[in-house]
Amino acid sequence: MADHTVKAFDEDITRLRGLIAEMGGLAEVAIHEALEALVRGDVELAEGVVARDKKIDALETEVDKLSVRIIALRAPMADDLREVIAALKIAGVVERIGDYSKNIAKRVGMIEGRDRFEPLTLLPAMGEVASEMVHDVLTAYAARDPGLAREVISTDAKVDAFYNSIFRNLVSHMVENPATISSAAQLLFVARNLERIGDHATNVAEMVHFAATGFYPPEEDR
Amino acid sequence: MDFRQNLPVAGFILAAVAFVALVALGVDIAIAGSVLILWSGSLLLAAARPPEAPAVVVEKPFSRDSMRRLIENSSTALLVTEKNTVAVANRAARRMLGQHIIGQDARVTFRQPEATSLLTQGRSGQAIVRGLVRRQDIWTINRQKVTDELAVIELINQTAEADISRAHTDFVANASHELRTPLAAILGYVETLRESADSLDSPTSQKFLGTIEREGQRLQSLISDLMSLSRVEAEKHDLPEKVLMLRPLTERAAKDAAGPQRSERVQLELNSDFNVQGDEQQLEQLVRNLVDNALKYGSPDKPVVVRLDLAQDGMARICVIDEGEGIAPEQLPHLTRRFYRTDPGRSRASGGTGLGLAIVKHIVERHRGRLNIDSDLGKGTRVVVRLPLAKDLQSGAEDTPAGPSESDPNTTYQQETGAVS
Repeated sequence: MADHTVKAFDEDITRLRGLIAEMGGLAEVAIHEALEALVRGDVELAEGVVARDKKIDALETEVDKLSVRIIALRAPMADDLREVIAALKIAGVVERIGDYSKNIAKRVGMIEGRDRFEPLTLLPAMGEVASEMVHDVLTAYAARDPGLAREVISTDAKVDAFYNSIFRNLVSHMVENPATISSAAQLLFVARNLERIGDHATNVAEMVHFAATGFYPPEEDR
Repeated sequence: MDFRQNLPVAGFILAAVAFVALVALGVDIAIAGSVLILWSGSLLLAAARPPEAPAVVVEKPFSRDSMRRLIENSSTALLVTEKNTVAVANRAARRMLGQHIIGQDARVTFRQPEATSLLTQGRSGQAIVRGLVRRQDIWTINRQKVTDELAVIELINQTAEADISRAHTDFVANASHELRTPLAAILGYVETLRESADSLDSPTSQKFLGTIEREGQRLQSLISDLMSLSRVEAEKHDLPEKVLMLRPLTERAAKDAAGPQRSERVQLELNSDFNVQGDEQQLEQLVRNLVDNALKYGSPDKPVVVRLDLAQDGMARICVIDEGEGIAPEQLPHLTRRFYRTDPGRSRASGGTGLGLAIVKHIVERHRGRLNIDSDLGKGTRVVVRLPLAKDLQSGAEDTPAGPSESDPNTTYQQETGAVS
């Protein structure tokens, strides 16, 4: 992006992007640690994830304030305006991603008999794909790279496929082992949360594409 | 002001001499005196000017440009941040993190919470982050504060080190497991023999002794394989010097591997001969391992073809082809890993150590050759070793990449090797 005559505006935009990146970094770690806590049954780690979500919320508020301030004081136009609006929306979505991770972490304590619980092994692979999507979309945001954003959008199909297969797997597991239904149902929600994280990463990718090019990615990518 | 040092003594003397000369020439003493006073007065006035200050060497502030030039070609990724905005990034950093990082908030570059807290605290320090460029990679971020606004950030990749130490641990764990298994059997049977020596009948104790012997032999071959592996690895950077004829060597080693019982199954097609630069023992072991594998894992009634010919790229080619159940494509990339077995039970039963192909790979790498394994499930496996001819090596040795590594491009597989791992 070209420099502006008003240096302070550049500084504001840089700060805004820094805040989004910080939120994104926290969200990435949250997904990762929530899943690790889930697989290992590490309640302490899960509590850490829940506690750190407050930080993401605080950053979102900061992004909101700063965006409104920029719009009010500088009245940005064209790509500058798109940049600010995208930041505002992305902050909201990243905050949701953090919430989903928190939700996964909260379920860690509710799964019983994890040593023998085979469906637990299905989720990390799905979580890896989802967290990779979040990682890539944040890189795309940092680089203002519409190509990478489109790539992220096409990865979402993979997460959906994972979700479907995990869903079927868990349902058949519940049919065969009625005793584990409550634990398996928790895992269904975890899979659901991961699927939502994938969808939200797709949303961010669309906004990144919009901020960089001025139009939303063509339908065939979605 | 002290200007005694630069009193123009020579000027005064000259003035005095001029005065004396004027007086001697008969000029009026008053005129001569006033000339003297004017002269020396003007000299004094000139001297009163403060001495010129010695030229102070002013150190120019280290400009951003000079800093950029200084760090540009460093192979370590280096960044300079100003008020936590990336001001300068050298080539290594740009290649790693992308062109876009310059001028952006450093948090855009390092999103990881550990890194951002290091950045916002505004002091020197280190942080270890994972997944900075690719998933699972490990980087140390070293931030050195220069002034309140400027800081230098150095990025050090720790992934390889972690990989090596993991590989090392894996190897030790595997090796000790493999060594312990036969030992446990030996000790167990010896104990049984000793404690119930009276109650055991002769055939049973003979059976036990046979097991002990077999396990002992397995241990022996395992240790000798481990030793030859470490020997090849120790020498892997030195190209062997001796020039060998490949045909007699291949023939000898193939017959040796088959032994008298299986020699009919080996079908030798050694139509031409080549000179290669090699280590005789190692190349023999290479052929022996390949032929032994083919005989062991091919169908017992099908022949094993050992062929020596010239490959299209002008290298000597040794093919060992068997007809058997073959190897599944997803297992091909792992075949040369130490202690990797496609079917652990069968391999152990046939006396395999799990090191055969690892040794082959290392020998091929040491000889700057190429190893290619391809296999059709249900049909059979074909192992191709290509070795550079002696004269090519002499001329081309310099530009060969120096060190073969675990992930050497020389080891290729016909099938897609991008398996999920």
